[in-house]
Amino acid sequence: MYGNDFPGEDPPGGLLGEVEAAEAALRAAAERGRGAIEPSEDLAAYFAEVVAADQKIEPRDWMPEAYRRTLIRQIAQHAHSEIIGMQPEGNWISRAPSLKRKAILLAKVQDEAGHGLYLYAAAETLGVSRDELVDLLLNGRQKYSSIFNYPTLSWADVGAIGWLVDGAAIVNQVPLCRCSYGPYARAMIRVCKEESFHQRQGYEILHTLAHGTPAQKAMAQESVDRWWYPSLAMFGPPDGDSTHSAQSMAWKIKRFSNDELRQRFVDMCVGQAEVLGLHIPDPELRWNEERQAYDFTQPDYDELMRVIKGNGPCNRQRMEHRRRAHSEGAWVREAAAAYAAKRAEKEKVAA
Amino acid sequence: MNGPFAFTLALGDDALVAAQRLAEWTTRAPEMEEDIALANIALDQLGAARLLLSYAGELEGAGRDEDALAFLRDDREFRNCLLVELPNDDFAVTMAKLLVLSAYQVPLYTALADCPDERLAAIGGKARKESAYHLDHAALWVKRLGDGTEESHRRMQAGVDQIWPYADELFAAWPEAPVDPATLRSDFDHTVSAVLAEATLTVPEVGWTPVGGRDGVHTEHLSYLLAEMQVLHRAHPGARW
Amino acid sequence: MSQQHTPLWEVFVRARRGLAHTHVGSLHAPDAELALRNARDLYTRRQEGVSIWVVPASAITASSPDEKDSFFDPAADKVYRHPTFYEVPEGVAHL
Repeated sequence: MYGNDFPGEDPPGGLLGEVEAAEAALRAAAERGRGAIEPSEDLAAYFAEVVAADQKIEPRDWMPEAYRRTLIRQIAQHAHSEIIGMQPEGNWISRAPSLKRKAILLAKVQDEAGHGLYLYAAAETLGVSRDELVDLLLNGRQKYSSIFNYPTLSWADVGAIGWLVDGAAIVNQVPLCRCSYGPYARAMIRVCKEESFHQRQGYEILHTLAHGTPAQKAMAQESVDRWWYPSLAMFGPPDGDSTHSAQSMAWKIKRFSNDELRQRFVDMCVGQAEVLGLHIPDPELRWNEERQAYDFTQPDYDELMRVIKGNGPCNRQRMEHRRRAHSEGAWVREAAAAYAAKRAEKEKVAA
Repeated sequence: MNGPFAFTLALGDDALVAAQRLAEWTTRAPEMEEDIALANIALDQLGAARLLLSYAGELEGAGRDEDALAFLRDDREFRNCLLVELPNDDFAVTMAKLLVLSAYQVPLYTALADCPDERLAAIGGKARKESAYHLDHAALWVKRLGDGTEESHRRMQAGVDQIWPYADELFAAWPEAPVDPATLRSDFDHTVSAVLAEATLTVPEVGWTPVGGRDGVHTEHLSYLLAEMQVLHRAHPGARW
Repeated sequence: MSQQHTPLWEVFVRARRGLAHTHVGSLHAPDAELALRNARDLYTRRQEGVSIWVVPASAITASSPDEKDSFFDPAADKVYRHPTFYEVPEGVAHL
C-alpha cells in the first residue's frame, strides 16, 4: 500500500516482469495439451508427464512421497523465515526517524506476516497443519533463513536488509513462481509482487543516507559492510555441497543452482552499489570479460554452517521471542476457541 | 489555548501515541492474523496523526512540519490524553484501551466531518471509517475474552477496571474547540456499555479520574515512550531521512 | 494447551463489481466473524468495495477432472489431504 509512496529508480531491473512472465507461462502451460497418460494407468508416469509439460501439480494429485516431503520442508522453512524475519526490522519500528519511514516500515513488516500466512496456507495443502509446522519451528526441528540471526544495529540496517536481503530473497524466489507445485507457485507470485516494494524501500533508505550527512553515509557503509557476506550466504552452500539440489531441480521445484543464483545476485548488485555511492566490501570483486560476470569472494561457509546449527549472534534471541509470543498468546487463542464453541452450542440449541 | 491549533495538536498526539503503542505489538500478537490486524490499526492511527500534525503545523504558522512536531517536542509539550500512553500490558488491557479510544474517536471524527473547517472535516471523514473498524475489532475481542474462558474473563474485567478511570479525561469540556468532546459522552457510554454487557463484564464504579494530558502533565510512561521514538531523529539534527 | 486445531477457512474475494468471487487462499480462525475479519486484513489489505466469502474448508466437497474415483475415495470429500493426516517423521535432517 506504500509501494508508490516514493519516487525513484527501479533497481531490481525487470524482476516484476519475470514474475508476470511466470504468471503468463502458468496459464499458457495449462492451455497446452499433454500426452494421453491417464492417472489410472500409471500414477508415477502421469506425475512425470505433468511436470515435464510445465503444468502444475495440484493438492489432490498423486505425488511421490519425497516430493511432498521436500515441498513441505521448503515451504515451511520459507514461511518460518517470513515470520522470524519480522523481528530484525521490527526492532526499528519504534525508532524510525520520520513518521513516513515509520509507516513504510510498519507496512513492510506487516506484509511479511502476510507472506508467512500465504506460505503456511500453501504448505497446508500438502496435508500438514500450520499448528504442527509452528511446533516444529518452536522446538527447533525446522529452520528459518540464517540471515535473520544477525542483529540490526543501526537504522541503515533496515535499508541494507531491504536492498541486500530482500534482493537476494527475490533472486531466489522469482524462479519459484514457476515451481511445479501449483499452490506454492501461486503463493510466490503473490509474494514476489508485494516484495518488489520491499527492496525498493530499502534501496531508497540507503540512497538517502548515502547522500545525507557524513555520519549518515558512514552509517550506510558500515551496514553494507556487515550485511554483504551474510547476504551472499543466503543462496546456501556451493553446488558441490548442496544436499537437496539435484532432485529438486528434476522435479522443477528448484530451477537454478545455488551458485547460479548467487552469481546473478552479485552481478545485479555491483551497478546498484555504484548508483548508491557505496562500496561493496570485496577487494577481489572485478569484471571477468571471459565469463561475462563478476569474480567475487565467496562468503564464509563455515560461518553459515555455524549459524545454521544455532550459533549465530541472535539465534537464541529470535527463538525466545517467538516462543514467548506464542505462549503468552495461548490464553487468548483458548478464549476465542471457547467463545466459538459456546456460540455453536447456543445455535444448536436454538435450532 | 487557541482553539483549532491546540485541538488539532491534541488529536494528532492522541493518534501518534496510540500508533506507537499499537506498533509495539508487532511480532508479539497472540496469533499471526492478529499481528496483521493490530498493525493495520496502528497504520490507520499513524496516518491520521500525520494529517493532523501537518495541519496543526500549518495552523501554528511557525514552520513546524509533522516530524518537527513528533520528534522535537518534549513530553510536557505533548497534548495527548493519558489513556493512549499507558503501557500495553496484556492483550486484554490493550483491547480495553482500544475499545475506549475508538468509542471516543468514532463520534469525535463523525462530528468533525461536519465541522466548518474544511481540512478538519476531510480528516474526520476519512478517519471516521477507520475508527469504526477499530471499534468493531475491539468489541469483537472484548466479547470473546469476556465470554471466553474463566481466565480470559478475569483478565478482561481487570483490563476494563484498569483503563476505565482514564476515559473521563477524553470528555472534558472544551467549548471553544471545533467539536466539544463533552457532547460525545452519551454516545460513548451507550456504545461501551452495550459491548461490556454482551461480554458479560461489569461497568466499573467511577472513583479516581486522572487528568492532565491535555495540559502537558502526563504519566511517567510518556517520557520513556518519547525517548525511544525520538532517539534517532534527535541524534542527527537537521538530517533528512 | 489442548491440541485442537483452529478451523481452516477458504477465502473467496470479489475484486471488483461485475466479477465473480475467486478463491484466493485460506486462513485459520475460531469462528466465521473472525475469519471474515482476518480475510479482509490478509487478502484485501483493506481496499473498500470488495466482497469476501469465507467458507469452512470442511464444508467443501471437491472433485478433480483428472482423478479417478478409486485413487481418492477415502478423501474425496476433502479439498486437501487434510491437516493432521500427514506426520512429519521424527529425525529428518534440517526439516
